[in-house]
Order: sequence, then structure tokens, then C-alpha cells
Amino acid sequence: MAAVLVSTTINGDSVEFACPPEESLLDALRDRLGLTGVKEGCGTGDCGACSITLDGRLVCSCLVLGAEADGREIATIEGMAENGTLHPLQENFIEHAALQCGICTPGFLMAAKVLLERNSNPTETEIRYALAGNLCRCTGYDKIVRAVQATAKEMRQLDKKKSRRKKS
Amino acid sequence: MLENEAGAAFVLAGGTDLLVRMKLGHVEPALLVDIKRIPVMSSITHSASGTRIGAAVSGAELGEHKAVAKAWPGVVEATNLIGSDQIQSRCTMVGNLCNASPAADSVPAMIAAGAKAVVVSRTRRRTVPVEKIVTGPGQTSLARGEVIEAIVLPARPARSGDAYLRFIPRTEMDIAVVSAGVNLTLERGRVKTARVVLGAVAPTAVLVPAAAKAIIGSKLDDDALDKLAAACSAACNPIDDKRGTIEYRTKVAGVLGRRAAKIAFQRAGGA
Repeated sequence: MAAVLVSTTINGDSVEFACPPEESLLDALRDRLGLTGVKEGCGTGDCGACSITLDGRLVCSCLVLGAEADGREIATIEGMAENGTLHPLQENFIEHAALQCGICTPGFLMAAKVLLERNSNPTETEIRYALAGNLCRCTGYDKIVRAVQATAKEMRQLDKKKSRRKKS
Repeated sequence: MLENEAGAAFVLAGGTDLLVRMKLGHVEPALLVDIKRIPVMSSITHSASGTRIGAAVSGAELGEHKAVAKAWPGVVEATNLIGSDQIQSRCTMVGNLCNASPAADSVPAMIAAGAKAVVVSRTRRRTVPVEKIVTGPGQTSLARGEVIEAIVLPARPARSGDAYLRFIPRTEMDIAVVSAGVNLTLERGRVKTARVVLGAVAPTAVLVPAAAKAIIGSKLDDDALDKLAAACSAACNPIDDKRGTIEYRTKVAGVLGRRAAKIAFQRAGGA
């Protein structure tokens, strides 16, 4: 079957690629575009290692076809640090030793980022539910949950400071 | 397009089942038709006369629709139980229905709600009760060239409530061992109409009229609930596996039916 030409936006940049119609977005991102921060764990939507956002929604890129990305906006772990500065979630994952082998980490970070964008003050239960689609076989989940809690607190304090500055 | 394809042709909505089956080599589609950019299939319309949920509407989108979640909390909760947040961004009620798993979460809730599927083909359009779609595990009554365009929920009378409960061995990300959906409407504090549906205890979801009959006319007292639970257990024809024995599933079906009925009753404003 003929390749499909896809025009999409990835981490703010316009990108074009061609892929077979049955190729997953995960494979297209990794093998055609070199975005190898997107990891393949199970390949069947169970482990969340390949999590990205598609038009702002968290998805497993293994369960999306490359062709479906046409005209959509994609964000991957490669776009999380800005101008060489790590995102507070990334800093806190390091600080709390919330990773060992690191395969699951990009997926956890993407899922945690989406959670904090929607809920700046999640309870531990809410964090655990929001990260239920991401599996880690090294650290256990406690350190990851602590890292997300610490980030949420930090980001709330930053927001407070920002809004105070605006007022004054 | 679907009708004219000589090889295996599939509709792609969320792809959370289809792409897995492709990956595992269970299916090799010659044609995939992505329906997510068809407006009539990717929208929700909600009014006093009923609710129409397009076949490509994701679980997350349904959950974010406040009016539908208020009118049909059981249906929305059941749909939102399908998979993780990642899966919710993609999965659809119609996909859940057409995948035809006996343990599909949204299906008992839809049947309890009296939902109908709008089935379309090139030449025909028909409206079919959801319980007539699945005929067995992985099997549906849809003919070649037919697709489901939307799910339609009926107008919601005042003092109505629905609920869906499932039992799984862990707290999230698992497949129902037993599930129950109950939908009812009250009149002067008594149950006027009811539908009780069980999931994962037979090859398809089971509508249990005897369980509904047990509570119609009652104020959902213990006696009525005992009869409902007994009717639920009697309607079971489950598989026996390590996740749940026949005896266990049969017993739990009654327990969940009873609990779901209580929640639905409370939501309908019953006391």
C-alpha cells in the first residue's frame, strides 16, 4: 500500500513525514523522526511508556496510527524541558530518585504533566489513578508519587508568587 | 467504501482494540476507515428529547460533558471505567460495544439505560436496541457494510437515576469479573420502571427482567432487594476461571445488582 504523507506539529515545530498506513505513531516518532524519548514497552496500550499528547490529550502512541497525526498537535518528552531548563517534574524525578532504568520515565512525566495542568493540587489517590496507565517495574510507585506531589507544591508556590507580582 | 472493499475492512475510531489486534496479527485489514473527522460521529447532542453520542466520541469527551454526566451518571461512569487515562482519550462506547467482549463496561449501563444504536449502511438506516447488537463473544449482528453511527439515549424523565458497578481484583485498569447496571424511574417514592443488566456473567450482557420486576412498585426495601439479588444470581451463566469461579461470580452478581439499585434509587431522589 502507498505511504501516507503526514503534516503535523511536534513540540511546536511543523513536521512532515511519510509512513505506511498501518505504522504506529510510536514507530514513526522513533524511527522516522528520531524522537527516541518515546519508549516502547508493551506495544498494546497497557504500560504507558509511549505516552504523548495528541491535541492536548494523553494517549499511548502505540495505539495511534502515524497517519492519524495529520493536522494534529503532538507533544513528546523531547519538548518538556524549555531552553535547556528541565521542567520541575523532571527535576523532582531526579531529586526523589523516581527512576532507575528510565524506560517508563518519559511516559510517567507526560502523564504527570497532563495531570498537573488539569489539577494543580491533586490528592495522592488522584495521582495514583492518573498514573494508573503507566507501569514501572523498578522503583515501585511511591517515589514517583512523592516527586509529583513535590512538583505540584512547587508549581503552586511559583504561581502564587507570579500572581502576587502581577498585583503589585 | 467499507462495502466495496473485497478484503478485510474495519472502522477505526479509538483504535484501542483494533490496533492491538493488528499488532498481534489477529487481523490484517485491507482497508481502515477513520471516522474521527466525520462531524456527525464525533459530536454529542443533548436535549430534553434525548441524548445522541457519536460513534467516535471518546470516553474522556463524554466524561467532560456535564449535562450528560448529570442525566446519565451510570452510563458515563461505566464508559469512564474503560482503561487508563491514555485509553480514555481514545476509546469509544461504540467500539466497546462492537468489540463484543462479555466484560465490556459500557454495555450493561447502555442496555440498562434503554440505549439504541443507530446502524447505517449505504442503503439503509435502522435503530436497534443495544442488547440486539452483541450476539456472542467477539460477534455482532451487524451486516457487512453496516456501521454504528451513534448511540441514542432516551429522554430522561424526572426522578430517574442509573448506576453501574463492576468487581475487579484491583482498584483500576482491570477487566470486570462481574458487573451490574441499573436504571430506574420513581413515582411517589416507589420504583415505577426499572432495567437491570449484568455483565461478564454470560457470553453477552444479560438483561434481567425478573430483577427489574422484583423492585418495580417497591420503595427498594430489603425484601425487594433480596428478590432482585436472587433474580440476578439466577440469570448468571458465567465462565469458571482463576479470576472468578462460577459460584463466586453468581453470588457477586446479586451483591452488585443490589448495590447498583441502591445507588440508582438514591440518584433518582428516592429515600
